[in-house]
Amino acid sequence: MAADSSNDAFVEFERVQKSYDGETLVVKDLNLTMPKGEFLTMLGPSGSGKTTCLMMLAGFETATHGDIRLGGKSINGIPPHKRGIGMVFQNYALFPHMTIAENLAFPLEVRKMSKAEREEKVKRALDMVEMGDFGGRRPAQLSGGQQQRIALARALVFEPELVLMDEPLGALDKQLREKMQFEITHLAHRLGITTVYVTHDQTEALTMSDRVAVFDDGRIQQLASPDQLYESPENSFVAQFIGENNTLEGVVEQIKGNKCVVKLDDGEVLDAVPVNVSKVGERTRVSIRPERVEYNTDRLDPDAHTLSAEVLEFIYMGDIFRTRLRVAGNEDFVIKTRNAPDQVRLKPGQKIKIGWMAEDCRALDA
Amino acid sequence: MSDTTQEPMIAADGRPLKQSLARALRRQKLRALALIAPLLLFVMVTFIIPILSMLFRSVENQIVSNTLPHTVVALQEWDSAQSELPDEEVFRHLYFDLFKAAEAKEHSRLGTRLNYEKTGLSSVFRTTGRRLDDMGEVFQDPLEDINENFKNGAFWYEMLSGEGGEELLESRRTLWARLTGDSMAGDIGFVPSSQMADMLPWTTRAYTDFAIWTVVEEEDVVAEEDPWEAVYAGLAYDLQSEETRANIASYGGPGAEALKDAVANFDKLPKVDFKAAFAEAKEDWVTTDLWATVQVFSADYTPGYFLNAVDLELTPEGVQAKPENQQIYMQLFMRTLWMALVITGSCIVLGYPVAWLLANLPMRTANTLMILVLLPFWTSLLVRTSAWKVLLQQQGVINDILVWLGFVDDANRLILMNNATGTIIAMTHILLPFMILPLYSVMKTIPPSYLRAAKSLGATNWTAFWRVYFPQSVPGIGAGSILVFILAIGYYITPEIVGGTDGIFISNRIAYHISSSLNWGLAAALGSILLVVVLVLYWAYDKIVGIDNVKLGG
Amino acid sequence: MKLISKLMKPIAAATAIASLSGAALADDHMASNMTIVSWGGAYQDSQIKAYAEPYMEMNPGVSVTWDESSAEAVAKLRAMNEAGNITWDLVDVVAADALRLCDEGLAMEVDHDELLAAAPDGTPASDDFGDLIVSDCFIPQIVYSTTVGYRTDLVPEGTAAPSDICALFDLETYPGKRSLEKRPINTMEWALLCDGVAKEDVYDVLATEEGQERALAKLDTIRDEVIWWSAGADTPQLLADGEVFMGSTYNGRLFSAIVEQDQPIGMLWDAQVFDLDGWIIPADLPEERLARVKDFVKFATDTQRLADQAKYISYGPARESSAPLVGKHAELGIDMAPHMPTDPNNAKNTFLYNYEFWADYRDDIDAKFQAWLAQ
Repeated sequence: MAADSSNDAFVEFERVQKSYDGETLVVKDLNLTMPKGEFLTMLGPSGSGKTTCLMMLAGFETATHGDIRLGGKSINGIPPHKRGIGMVFQNYALFPHMTIAENLAFPLEVRKMSKAEREEKVKRALDMVEMGDFGGRRPAQLSGGQQQRIALARALVFEPELVLMDEPLGALDKQLREKMQFEITHLAHRLGITTVYVTHDQTEALTMSDRVAVFDDGRIQQLASPDQLYESPENSFVAQFIGENNTLEGVVEQIKGNKCVVKLDDGEVLDAVPVNVSKVGERTRVSIRPERVEYNTDRLDPDAHTLSAEVLEFIYMGDIFRTRLRVAGNEDFVIKTRNAPDQVRLKPGQKIKIGWMAEDCRALDA
Repeated sequence: MSDTTQEPMIAADGRPLKQSLARALRRQKLRALALIAPLLLFVMVTFIIPILSMLFRSVENQIVSNTLPHTVVALQEWDSAQSELPDEEVFRHLYFDLFKAAEAKEHSRLGTRLNYEKTGLSSVFRTTGRRLDDMGEVFQDPLEDINENFKNGAFWYEMLSGEGGEELLESRRTLWARLTGDSMAGDIGFVPSSQMADMLPWTTRAYTDFAIWTVVEEEDVVAEEDPWEAVYAGLAYDLQSEETRANIASYGGPGAEALKDAVANFDKLPKVDFKAAFAEAKEDWVTTDLWATVQVFSADYTPGYFLNAVDLELTPEGVQAKPENQQIYMQLFMRTLWMALVITGSCIVLGYPVAWLLANLPMRTANTLMILVLLPFWTSLLVRTSAWKVLLQQQGVINDILVWLGFVDDANRLILMNNATGTIIAMTHILLPFMILPLYSVMKTIPPSYLRAAKSLGATNWTAFWRVYFPQSVPGIGAGSILVFILAIGYYITPEIVGGTDGIFISNRIAYHISSSLNWGLAAALGSILLVVVLVLYWAYDKIVGIDNVKLGG
Repeated sequence: MKLISKLMKPIAAATAIASLSGAALADDHMASNMTIVSWGGAYQDSQIKAYAEPYMEMNPGVSVTWDESSAEAVAKLRAMNEAGNITWDLVDVVAADALRLCDEGLAMEVDHDELLAAAPDGTPASDDFGDLIVSDCFIPQIVYSTTVGYRTDLVPEGTAAPSDICALFDLETYPGKRSLEKRPINTMEWALLCDGVAKEDVYDVLATEEGQERALAKLDTIRDEVIWWSAGADTPQLLADGEVFMGSTYNGRLFSAIVEQDQPIGMLWDAQVFDLDGWIIPADLPEERLARVKDFVKFATDTQRLADQAKYISYGPARESSAPLVGKHAELGIDMAPHMPTDPNNAKNTFLYNYEFWADYRDDIDAKFQAWLAQ
């Protein structure tokens, strides 16, 4: 939503590279532009370079090459404490020897604010995260969720324009994590803060962000809004990494406009949208989301190709059914169906026909 | 709910729950105890018992009353404030006590002990010990002239043995045991006759002493041995009494004839004057100073060693400060504490950055550096200290380099050792690992994200370090400081080698008294004080900083 | 004890039979191992070469364990005695320690004529050793002296090399650091001597409070220039390093630095303080061990053996009859006699360590001396 409201770049990475050992690059030619007020998530497996990017932005790592700009000015040479960037750490990094109020007052104190002003701001920040009564306690006396909120309040108390969060919810249990996800996005949007959020949890990325940058191998594989990312992954890594995905391998037989025909390795043929394929004969991986697979042939386009499948396993999961099939030699082909009153429950061993709308099936790089 | 809490909870087997729990826990406790038992025993034997024995030794003073049991009792009446000497009775007891002690070679030990309190007593006891036989021979010769029988060991045995004197025998045996430290047990083939013990008390007592010693220690037969000179002296003294002489006249038992001869020739015996005899043996015996010292230190337990250890002394007039030219220990204690503090301080200053580096470097580099830190542990302490000697002396490596660089004039080379500087430098180096290791292990647990957090919040490097990192490393400083301080306070090899005169510690004096002057009581007192000082400091540290805040690791 | 010796007898006999073939003596009543305590270093080596090796050659079944604990012998023997387990058989100590051990009953009293061999001409041992038998427990071995060495190359130009003990206190003529032993013995005597006290009055003066203060006052005049040593090796090292100009140490150490190591060091014999070193036998040894020790001591202190020791170290043999037999250094081949402290040329002005005096005054003067040092 906010992504489009402002076009002037607030945070910019331009051709940034980073190497620790002088032999391999952890970040390869990174380009990224973020408008003010955006909530951007850097998502990727560990070692993909996302945290390094965040640390370079915070100033704890220096870029080996390239330029990082904040509000139009290069910050390459500016030490971290002068960047004015709020940061929330994975383990909260609340100073254990200080009370909560002292923790919150710390950034204000080093900015030489008067005592009255400090107290005022600390109080407001504590109220903001609904922890008004906890000022006198020590971090160790708080629960994980409470510490998380304090860490957030501390990162915000000096009113930075940019806040960085490094997997801040990693240590929380699922329920609390979901609650905090909502609170953080809500707060960020309410205060209009530009946020860079790092996580390896794709659900978190999808639910919280305006845009998600998927990292792998030191590059941004795709930078897009969550729905785009899910619906239209641009390469097989993204398709695989975001959400659940079925992959079938084959060769492009024919390309016609925004449609192509792929011949799978076991000889079956199917229709797909050509995303990452350009010419006939190229190897490709075809990606289909489990919930887009149809086995009720009545609901399929009559022209659509169908594949034969054998049910291997049926799992009842409450809101959905999850069925594992053998399709074109792939034994991990999964389909998900809603638990509706009229829904057919498949049985292991059953032979069925499956198919899908051609636009849900994307031919990606091999 | 409230009803059930009134009733005691019952476990499944019907016993009250509390009892069941206690039973279960007791077995656990016993098992735990069994697991630590070997260590406990080891610590008891090698640590607790020696410490208790040290504490005991620092006040123990039974040597005086064990060596001179009768003298000490007789001396109780004497008032040292008067300028008069103790009377003859005290000297008489001294003679018989000392005679026994000299036979058992315990008299010179007493001399050594009393010499700690009063210079010269060592030779008084040693010289006197050699004269005791002469003192008795004065009576032996005339007695033997009067009656040949007195030359005969068997005669003495026959005359003095009998029955009824078991009590006397046992009391003498106890005194021997206290003097020698052996049990002196066993059948000696002699029981003093109670009749003789009444008539000739001193003679019988001296002979009983002789008999016990002859049989138990020398493993001879009493009747075959000639009695000690002291027995003759005892007889001579007994004969002094007119009553005794009268009793002998009506006596008809064994040896009556010889005794009657002795009474008849009483005027041929020299007058018994032990005071004069002792004065002749060594003049010091007729000074009140000597007797005052003996009296003051006649108690079984004495604060004397502790007083000595804090530059005081026990005199007949009470506790007094030692003469200024002998005061040394308080100064040494103070210096030891002060230098241990300085060493601890330099260890913090030098060790902190190293520990920080260790904790923040990549693993591989940190390991290499750690080896450098631990390297001193792998060389002998003596070698390391001697190496410092080579470095620090005036013609040593450091001075040579400074002169070569022109920082120091060749004629005015720095004095880096044989003084406090040398001790501080060498000991800081030796104890540094004890500071670095706890610091390192504490720093290792401080995540780098704290510093980053502080910086991201706007703190400069220094503020981030001082306000955030440093306070969290304080437990490491505490642990390191306690270790270094307590180790430093008890060090002695290094100060001995590079400390010269003003760089030595109290431990050097303790070592001196243990191995050189052999004044183990004083060494024990000094050691006990040092132990108490350490415990007090530890307690104070616990009160101020809290021992819970000391971390040796994670 | 009796029980133990009864039990030991068959064992000792068995070992003796095993070693009988080569043994000259039928020593069924002697233990076959001895633990001998000495000082280590060159001195112990000289004992091994002169006494122990020839003895073991004569008695192939016998082995000797050496313990280098002589410096703490009194304390250790006392501790062993308290623990009731004496593991040493023969202990080399200085005479002062022998006196203390004897006083404490830790050393055995011996009859010197009965225990020790007579001189080759038949003079009984007690006469051959003479005055050197300072205690009933002490079996003298060597005479050594504490004397002063100096750096010959650091003597100021145009000045004669020091020849008088008082050069120690003459900072004007002989500037430079001194090294002195960190204890009052010897040091206090020299201070008084150089403060004008006649040699025969030294101990009378030192016995008084004023005399002690006088000695310390004399030492005050050089205290800033003194490095205090506690180990015998210190002064030779300090001299070799040029750390001090002159310093006191044992004559054997100086001999080794001058003659064996060829250092630019000279020595004074003036006012050298004679001291004695010898054996004591710990009190209450079991019979077999005592018999072995007696056998060894008789051999090791005979006239020839004492003279032999002087081949390896420049200490004078304690027997009068050994003096003419002193030969040449075992390796350097030089005549040893002129290097002996007892050589008439060297012994013109000597002190004999006053054991009686120091036994009495040691604690007292040491306290004052240490307090003075700490000022």
